[in-house]
Amino acid sequence: MSTDGIVTRPRRARDFVVGWLSRVGISGRTAVILAPTLWLALFFLIPLLVVLKIAFSAFALGQPPYLPMFAWGADESLSITLHFSNFLFILQDALYANAYINSVRIAAISTAIALVIAYPMAWFIARSDDKYRNLLLMLVILPFWTSFLLRVYAWMGFLGRNGIINNALLGLGIIDQPITMLQTEGAVFVGIVYTYLPFMVLPIYTTLVKLDQSLIEASADLGARPFMTFLTVILPLSMPGVVAGSMLVFIPAIGEFVIPSLLGGADTLMIGRVLWDEFFANRDWPVASAVAIVMLVILVVPIMLLSRAQNAVVEKDA
Amino acid sequence: MKRGTFTTFMAIFGFAFLYAPIVSLVVFSFNESRLVTVWTGFSLRWYAALFNDSQVVAAGILSLQIAAVSATIATVLGTLAGVTLTRLGKFRGKTALTGMVSAPLVMPEVITGLSLLLLFVSMEALIGWPGGRGFTTITIAHSTFCMAYVTVVVRSRLIDMDRSLDEAAMDLGATPLRVFFDITLPIIAPALISGWLLAFTLSLDDLVIASFVSGPGSSTLPMVIFSKIRLGVSPDVNALATIIIGVVAIGVVAATLIGARRQTKA
Repeated sequence: MSTDGIVTRPRRARDFVVGWLSRVGISGRTAVILAPTLWLALFFLIPLLVVLKIAFSAFALGQPPYLPMFAWGADESLSITLHFSNFLFILQDALYANAYINSVRIAAISTAIALVIAYPMAWFIARSDDKYRNLLLMLVILPFWTSFLLRVYAWMGFLGRNGIINNALLGLGIIDQPITMLQTEGAVFVGIVYTYLPFMVLPIYTTLVKLDQSLIEASADLGARPFMTFLTVILPLSMPGVVAGSMLVFIPAIGEFVIPSLLGGADTLMIGRVLWDEFFANRDWPVASAVAIVMLVILVVPIMLLSRAQNAVVEKDA
Repeated sequence: MKRGTFTTFMAIFGFAFLYAPIVSLVVFSFNESRLVTVWTGFSLRWYAALFNDSQVVAAGILSLQIAAVSATIATVLGTLAGVTLTRLGKFRGKTALTGMVSAPLVMPEVITGLSLLLLFVSMEALIGWPGGRGFTTITIAHSTFCMAYVTVVVRSRLIDMDRSLDEAAMDLGATPLRVFFDITLPIIAPALISGWLLAFTLSLDDLVIASFVSGPGSSTLPMVIFSKIRLGVSPDVNALATIIIGVVAIGVVAATLIGARRQTKA
């Protein structure tokens, strides 16, 4: 900031804002704290409370399609009506239970596959020459910057009946009938693993790159075979990265909508898709809200695991 | 313990897995045939088809506008949140803010979208604002979830930053505001730029949240793409994907090169 012109102009605007705030009685420090806090309270916290409220409201035809929870009586008494019917409906209808169980199962299997692919990748990058390490890391992150929707779309071209894989296998004479790969559960696994693989690689890499080389040497000197060293030294030390990465795949996979609807079949039931249909097709806002609340309850434990693991990954940094 | 044959094989497999679909998207965008998977000859017809599709062009412009505005709002708010959490010490509600700022990162998109739509509908019933859904509501929704990402980027930069510069300026009598604008801001500027770019990309890419909070006549680009590909592959989408991938690749490589030059200078 050498030229005065650059510095003075923002300072004038600054003085104006500060003067105005102090006239209202808000110090600069409070203003800085209040802006993000109020924004998040209004557009993150309160919306969740609205969902909670509507989950306990009864469905009604009209706009908005639910009955009010609070009502003023003629004698100025406030009556609050809580309807548990939406939750009972979700618990009793097998469709929802199946969708929740299916989501957890699909997310868990995808997480396991992603871990098997990501761990060797993270190890490979962590053991690379300094020269290539940043390049390899960039190659892992790069797909994340390109459109998620288009990357899922790319798999439609790969897995389809006339897709690249079927054409190649037919051309080589390995098969004589196209295999059905698109609109199956397998395609959903591929989509989830593909989309969230970078989130698995990065935290594992972070723990592996900080691993003290002498521990591995000590283990080898004491006669451990490489696989033993991996199981008893490397894996336990990289556990925070493994847990953080797994949760970063598992959590978004649970509520996934795009992947099951583009790659999965009509029978690939996942809870994100059920919520979407409940809202857009059935226009039943109270049930959609109840589905959301139950989904959040399921996610509490994974989110706690994630935050503990992330703290552990960061702590080792210090 | 070196890299074994197994890890090398798995790593090559992993990178191939990441890039094969992207490469095929790009290659078949130049294909003449309507079939996305059978090569018949080089052609640019799908690029022409793309730019003649007024729905795609309008949605693209809307998406770019929303992304630019919400990335800017997200960067301002995310920076304030980062400063609040790292520089302002203890205050009432700090735990609440820490929670609120990281929760959007793990919130399923369908829930974020649903909750914001229900908020907008309730607010409209109460105070008559926002008066219909479209540009404003999508921008607010995107600012909110992008802000969480910007906060992560800015906050880690502020934690890494050498605080003695701040303290020196403070000792020399600079006001906290002056220290922030003259010392802290120039130092964390790269983090703000990458935070803005991240927010821009995330906003441009979002389908689920925008679908909930948009109204009639305000379809964003991902919404138009989704309705096109829902029933099967469509070669003009390949052309669009190639353009997006090209822009992103150039941007990321440029950012990395600038970052690398900065590091060698320092």
